[in-house]
Amino acid sequence: MNFDYSDEQQQLADSLQKYLASNYGFEQRKAILNSATGQSDAVWNTFAEMGLTSIALPEADGGFGGGAVDLLAAMEACGEALVVEPLLDNVGLAGRLLSRCGSAAQRSAWLPGLIDGSVKLAFAGLEPGRRYELAPQTTTATQAGGGWVLNGSKSVVVGAPSASRLIVSAATAGGASLFLVDPKAAGVALNPSRTVDGLRVADVRFENVQLAADALLGEACNAQAAIDEANDFATALLCADAIGAMKSACDATLDYIKQRKQFGVAIGSFQVLQHRMVEMVICTEQARSLTIKAASTVDHAIDAAERARVVSAAKVKVADAARQVSQEAVQLHGGMGMTEELKVSHTFRRLTMAQQRFGDADHHLERFAALT
Amino acid sequence: MDLSYSPEEQAFRAEVRGWLEANLPADIRAKVTGYQGLSKEDYLRWHKILAKKGWAVPHWPVEWGGTGWNITQRYIWEEEFGLIGAPALPSFGPNMCASVLLKFGSDAQKQRFLPRIREGDDFWVQGYSEPGSGSDLASLKTKAEKVGDTYVINGQKIWTTLGHYGDWIFCLVRTDSSGKRQDGISFILVDMKTPGITVRPLILMDGGHEVNEVFFDNVVVPAENLVHEEGKGWTVAKYLLGHERMGSGNVGGSKRELAALKEVAKRELKNGKPLIEDPRFRDKLSRVEIELDALEITSMRFLDKMRRSGQPPGADVSMLKIRGTEVQQMITELMMQAVGPLAAPFKAVDGGAIDFVTSRLSPRYFNYRKASIYAGSNEIQRNIIAKASLGL
Repeated sequence: MNFDYSDEQQQLADSLQKYLASNYGFEQRKAILNSATGQSDAVWNTFAEMGLTSIALPEADGGFGGGAVDLLAAMEACGEALVVEPLLDNVGLAGRLLSRCGSAAQRSAWLPGLIDGSVKLAFAGLEPGRRYELAPQTTTATQAGGGWVLNGSKSVVVGAPSASRLIVSAATAGGASLFLVDPKAAGVALNPSRTVDGLRVADVRFENVQLAADALLGEACNAQAAIDEANDFATALLCADAIGAMKSACDATLDYIKQRKQFGVAIGSFQVLQHRMVEMVICTEQARSLTIKAASTVDHAIDAAERARVVSAAKVKVADAARQVSQEAVQLHGGMGMTEELKVSHTFRRLTMAQQRFGDADHHLERFAALT
Repeated sequence: MDLSYSPEEQAFRAEVRGWLEANLPADIRAKVTGYQGLSKEDYLRWHKILAKKGWAVPHWPVEWGGTGWNITQRYIWEEEFGLIGAPALPSFGPNMCASVLLKFGSDAQKQRFLPRIREGDDFWVQGYSEPGSGSDLASLKTKAEKVGDTYVINGQKIWTTLGHYGDWIFCLVRTDSSGKRQDGISFILVDMKTPGITVRPLILMDGGHEVNEVFFDNVVVPAENLVHEEGKGWTVAKYLLGHERMGSGNVGGSKRELAALKEVAKRELKNGKPLIEDPRFRDKLSRVEIELDALEITSMRFLDKMRRSGQPPGADVSMLKIRGTEVQQMITELMMQAVGPLAAPFKAVDGGAIDFVTSRLSPRYFNYRKASIYAGSNEIQRNIIAKASLGL
């Protein structure tokens, strides 16, 4: 048992942190958010050069054969800097599904681009009115003349506006299937928006979208296990991202209460604030512990139920901690914490969405209980 | 990074578990799992069984009888104790006093006391708190006056856990009241058979006798029992604090209690269905379990950090004490709630009979309110983190 990062993992995290420190500061991030696409190609290409897009892909596909643990420190750095480029969605969801389910032809068509940064993908999994359900139901695909016809809607598909292809889960007779869909294909309509924490997303409608036979990703009707696995993997990465954001909130708050003076003294000298600050730190460390465990488990677990149980435990802890840390960070900053001008309000928004993405605490408490 | 146990570590766990199953006396185990206090004889009997195996003081340096286990092995060992219901040896001698002697004791003191602590010949207790000196320990007043080659001690200690079992007590005493108050404190070892010592029980709200007041009335102690230099007792006390906090997570014990809680919640019915299926109860149970899972990893991360740095734990370990005791308290509270109205009967009277286990659950909940108060209240632990770790 050991908690050491390997030299490679540490180097990746160090160089990413260094890069983000000089290229993803508060003002630089603001400019990216306000750009037309809401994300930066330069940042994305640097991520690709650093290997972030390839590290978790199999070596046979040009990746490094790594896993969630290899991405842990990097995701934390992204969370700390509030990165809005859809790394999690490409590496954790779409890339993983493609590499695990795709045929040789599909993998060689898309993974090199994902690795070199020229291609982005997005996973369309959630459906309107069905919250965090991962088994597709209202989006359907039926076989027709050697191909498929896709109908239905997907909600809040992160990264869809910039994706070259969508990976869409759909109910097919006998189970869930995955399809590679061109977002520009006839019958596909994107309704794009920006999230409260600055991500670019879209609701996507599919109306009699004609898909060729080779759009099917993996075996028909047999994709649910892969969908669940990828979502657990991505949830572990999201937890790491949230840990980074919590660290940022804690650091900023600690600095602030040391500097802010009222009644002639730094407000950090007040015990009532000190104890709340300490609780923020403890919550973050407890959440970090289960995030580490979740990352290690998604990399090594053989049993899907055990994997899901550990990931749910982490998500409950991270959601609870994210709520407490973000709310307290704003409270301890006072009025300034409410403003656009301070990073902490942006961190607050990131952490609020992190609580709910991939299932909120209630959702994961229920899943945890069912598996325990 | 690898959170799994190696085959060697798994084999070690099996060895510890097998040995405990074969050697832990059934009556002692039944007392632990049935929430009964242990007698002095129970503790010393168990200590001698461990000592015979060479496992009484695994964390000590090998030359003094330690096992040379690495940190993971020690963690497994402690966890197995908790899981099976083996009592941990009271920490006052083997952990606290021994740590102090190993760091600050003279060779003569080490030779005299360490083997007896290791073998369980003496029962040690701790004389720190005083009626007017709890969280503000440095205000302590129990006075030790140098008279020839002795110290004469007068004053009072309080909250002396298992003081009624004590053969020896290590005390913080005031040897000087003139300067900075921390500089006038000394650390001294006192034979409790010395004339002038009176132990008076303090019965807690669970009806149990665990803690005591200890009175010192002209107690004459040889000066050779002073550890470290006169006036350096505060340095010793601070050194001990980190050691005390490191083991305070009690993950193994809480895991066993949580498993017991689940069994109770499966047995108890609500609306005809097991209580464990009730979403309201279940959510509380799951949150405790998740907090405990996190605490286990956090504890291991601290151990790993110590292993890598070779340094004693820093102020951050206070969080283990805070969360560890919170988890213990939440479990005892849920256990009491799980049995519903049966949590009320406490003692059979007039020839009546009550369920022994359910009758222990409320008192146990009462008793564990102590956990966030003792060994530096959880508020003091937060002060420690705020000051030493966050620089506030």
